[in-house]
Amino acid sequence: MPAVVVFCESDEKGIRSASLPALTAGAALAKQQGGDLVAVVIGAVIGAAAADAAKYAARVLAYEGAALGAPLAETWAPQLADAVKRAGAGALLGTATSTGKDVLPRAAALLGAGMASDITAVTAANRFRRPAYAGNAIEEVEISGPVLVASVRQTAFPPAAPGGAGAIETVAVSTVDAMGAELLGLHATASARPDLGEAKVVVSGGRGMREGANFKVLEELTDLLGGALGASRAACDAGMVPNDLQVGQTGKVVAPQLYIAVAISGAIQHLAGMKGSKVIVAINKDPEAPIFQVADYGLCETWEKAVPALIAAVKKLKAAG
Amino acid sequence: MKILVTCKRVPNPEHKLKLAGGQIDLSAASWQLNTFDEYAVETALRLTEKGKGGERSGEVVAVAIGPKEVGQQLRGVLAMGVDRAILIGGDDATLDALSVARVLAALVAREKPDLVVLGKQTVDGDSNQVGQILAGLLGWPQATFLASIHLAADGQSATVTREVDAGVEEKRVRLPAVVTVDLRIIGKKAVRNEALAGADAEWEETQRYASLKGIMAAKKKEIKELPLGELGADAKAAMVVKSYQAPPVRKAGAKVASVDELVAKLHDEAKVI
Repeated sequence: MPAVVVFCESDEKGIRSASLPALTAGAALAKQQGGDLVAVVIGAVIGAAAADAAKYAARVLAYEGAALGAPLAETWAPQLADAVKRAGAGALLGTATSTGKDVLPRAAALLGAGMASDITAVTAANRFRRPAYAGNAIEEVEISGPVLVASVRQTAFPPAAPGGAGAIETVAVSTVDAMGAELLGLHATASARPDLGEAKVVVSGGRGMREGANFKVLEELTDLLGGALGASRAACDAGMVPNDLQVGQTGKVVAPQLYIAVAISGAIQHLAGMKGSKVIVAINKDPEAPIFQVADYGLCETWEKAVPALIAAVKKLKAAG
Repeated sequence: MKILVTCKRVPNPEHKLKLAGGQIDLSAASWQLNTFDEYAVETALRLTEKGKGGERSGEVVAVAIGPKEVGQQLRGVLAMGVDRAILIGGDDATLDALSVARVLAALVAREKPDLVVLGKQTVDGDSNQVGQILAGLLGWPQATFLASIHLAADGQSATVTREVDAGVEEKRVRLPAVVTVDLRIIGKKAVRNEALAGADAEWEETQRYASLKGIMAAKKKEIKELPLGELGADAKAAMVVKSYQAPPVRKAGAKVASVDELVAKLHDEAKVI
């Protein structure tokens, strides 16, 4: 029975929490295919990540080599293709993070495999559901061939639970061909806030915030609620905030317990990224804004009045609680 | 510098999608160029220019796969300044990212560009795969989701920034390479060929629109039509869409009259704060 290989991103401490939903999807697919779940970790020093991954999979393939320190699609995709062959796998999965989106299709090319992006459900051994058209259609797709590849929408599957003790196999990689690609650096966004994809609360601002400085008040609300800050594409386009805050079809997909949309009209491209949220609050001065059609609670008010009042009210509630 | 840029037509994303009987009805769709492909065209043009409105050096070739009607979108990018276009006959419903990338790889073997520029995703299929698969098939380096690209003066490499989950990554790729562009690429100074344009060169903060002169010039430019089979690529899709369903509908909730009412509801009713 073919195994299912799941690419797990990692850091020096272990595998990233963003990869846990892919392990859940991988376990569901392994059940359908009747094979084992095999986790793959890649890096310069991979011991901790491999030990962590072993809690979730029957087998871990740990690709280790000094040249694998930088997350380059050119050097990582061949390791994933190798893992599929080594495990005799029928499927390769990973989370649709920026790294997953970069590496997985390249691995699919090396495997000659068809790929489904952003799957939200596993319906059979080679069938998945996935959103297209900015989430306005849900496709049921089938992939033919001996191997399939899929990226997993992080918010569509619960994180896998630890508990197993899989066998770890380290694959020493001495030489890689980066094909003339070189990572020059990463200018990390310094933030003490949780990741957008995992935050329980997300506060997003839109075009109506008018300028970047006005996001300060949203940041205060965000931090008060222990959440992550987001933005609509219009706000990113206008340069008010960095593009990595973008929530929507072409940005990040979030599904927090509470999503607060401030001065966001609610274009379908934005809704595609947040309508899976449990509770949606919309604050907009335009009573006709489409965002109100998906909001559980809508407040028709300017952000200038509503957000400071909301901060005060939440502070009061916290003081009382 | 020869650049190949991909162009896909998509149904207007602002229009309501017609779903019936498990299929999407596109018979009455109004078609337009995928926005990220428009950005790709803008990127390719800037890489062959000595600054805004300056002389051009190099060639930009646009390719589309689709029915004859895509000629309209190709005529549009020719009017923006693209030098010539290739229209490969094909039906989107029978293609997937892998088969599209195989066809493009065969075209690359024939055209031998120094750089292939694609939009990071199309807003119909939302797959975000073709550029990466193409790079993998060709054995070329790739740089995806670009916020900026600077082509080295010697024309041998490009230094790019990419917006990733953790921040902004800086990467250098040797040419030939495949790159895919994100929305920041149309910034004033995001794109520059150092062999042509100085550090002070800048462009409009948007993709260009066709001028009347451009539209007239485009009428004389070539759109070469190729049957899908002529390139000899395996165009059989590995992923097939079996059906389309409407997403679950989210019901609108209630309007609240004040911030106090909102906080009370979030605390007592929804129990999320």
